[in-house]
Amino acid sequence: MAILVFVESAEGKIKATSIEAVAYAYQLGDAVTAIALGDVEKSELEGLGKYGAKKVLHAADAKLNQPVIQAYTNVLIKAMEDEAADILVLANSSLGTPVAAKVAVKTGASLASNVVSLPDKSAGFAVKKSIYTGKAFAWVELTNPKKVIAIRKNAVDIKEVSGNAAVTPYTVQLSDSDFAVKTLSTEKATGEILLPEANIVVSGGRGMKGPEHWSILEDLAKALNAATGCSKPVSDMGWRPHHEHVGQTGVKVAPQLYIAVGISGAIQHLAGVNSSKCIVVINKDPEAPFFKAADYGIVGDAFEIIPKLTEAIKAVK
Amino acid sequence: MKILVCITHVPDTTSKINFKDNNTKFDPTGVQFIIGPYDDYALARAIEIKEATPGTTVTVLNVGLADTEPTIRKALAIGADDAIRVNADPADSFFVATQIAEHAKTANYDLILMGRESIDYNSGVVHSIVGEMLGIPSVSPVMKLDIEGTKAKLAREIEGGKESLEVNLPFVAGCQEPIAEWKIPNMRGIMSARTKPLKVVEAKAVDSGYKIQKFELPPPKGAVKMIPADNVAQLVTLLKTEAKVL
Repeated sequence: MAILVFVESAEGKIKATSIEAVAYAYQLGDAVTAIALGDVEKSELEGLGKYGAKKVLHAADAKLNQPVIQAYTNVLIKAMEDEAADILVLANSSLGTPVAAKVAVKTGASLASNVVSLPDKSAGFAVKKSIYTGKAFAWVELTNPKKVIAIRKNAVDIKEVSGNAAVTPYTVQLSDSDFAVKTLSTEKATGEILLPEANIVVSGGRGMKGPEHWSILEDLAKALNAATGCSKPVSDMGWRPHHEHVGQTGVKVAPQLYIAVGISGAIQHLAGVNSSKCIVVINKDPEAPFFKAADYGIVGDAFEIIPKLTEAIKAVK
Repeated sequence: MKILVCITHVPDTTSKINFKDNNTKFDPTGVQFIIGPYDDYALARAIEIKEATPGTTVTVLNVGLADTEPTIRKALAIGADDAIRVNADPADSFFVATQIAEHAKTANYDLILMGRESIDYNSGVVHSIVGEMLGIPSVSPVMKLDIEGTKAKLAREIEGGKESLEVNLPFVAGCQEPIAEWKIPNMRGIMSARTKPLKVVEAKAVDSGYKIQKFELPPPKGAVKMIPADNVAQLVTLLKTEAKVL
């Protein structure tokens, strides 16, 4: 069973979520080929061998430096064909999910996104996916011979194996219609850990009392190597940018550790975080509903607790 | 201009989710159904465009059984001109997208809008599938959409930021906040919605290669461990040795 994995990159480096996708593919079957598009460092591509890729195709065409969904789709369709791959694995993302859908239409594959575990092959080929914004799961049988699987963060434990992957240049004829959606500009936070990819997330709510108090959360996030998030009221009031809004209608996260500060825990917020492995809630209101969904809780003043917590974290690192 | 807005009929965001029949069916007991919140943004933006552009019509489409009609009427009350209900259980993304594409392929819409994802199955792929089936571009999640003649300027949210895009009409967009403010139907809208056309069509049979076997609820959360505010060191120790997340 040949598996193709689409790996995303940012600033020349393979994204952590894509490394997970390679590890997922390796645990799913044997012959794993990864494909990267645009400008990526060669050592990064070779390094995918450590997660189980035997071979890495690199479509380095400069036109692919921008993540253009239609062009990426057509490169992946061609690569699945050339590699005789039955399964395409990739990470759910603003790029990966639409590409997965389009590839599935064109190749006649069964499609599942938000997949949270390896398939159960005891009765057909069934994957578990997150539904109702993390409030439930569905086991879905993918019955077509070809399958496209978009995985959510922490769908699988990463196991390292030995060996480098062989990197092969890969060319595909691109046409103008692949670039029908023109990218005029991209605004992207650089040098910070992105929320959907972070292992630890520090989030603030209305209890932070104003955007000027975010620096204590940022210090804590820095000490933990974490991303910062916020509740919906905070992004609605413009205290923080929309891409930091965690919840039902914002970003859904599944980190190892989620620290919520001054967030009461409305059900819509919980829906965005309930896949976190461990939740810490810090709130001055002992009745805050978030405590019911937490693993650890502290009742108290965030402005006193957070700087102390940051110091305590630094002390053990 | 002709705009199609595809809406879902989904449990309210505060709903507790339960299943019945040996975990094979959603249990709607006590659940209130709403227009999907993302679809509501798409609809609101469509109505704004209609208000700003004379001669624009907005059609809403829902794939659902007869129980979704109150939700469709609400969309008409918000300002859509007419509606189509494809009479079928919206089994999966491929099935729903096929029904939308089947209707849209002969209807010549300039713009097909919907939410970035439904809040029940969260797959977030219907807009992409519809675009691919119709051979037109699709963009999601769109947080800003401005029509400029035969083109549109869009902002799409990406991890940690956004892209500004330009695309020719027609295209499909999966929408999210802050593309528009949700609209609440007024009394006149509610009255006129009763007589607006709502056409029911039968679904096209589709083999999606996708079969839901069963549903599952997450395991119940254990009790929260409270830590005194003056002992943050204890929290750090627990995160390290007990939860093993540091």
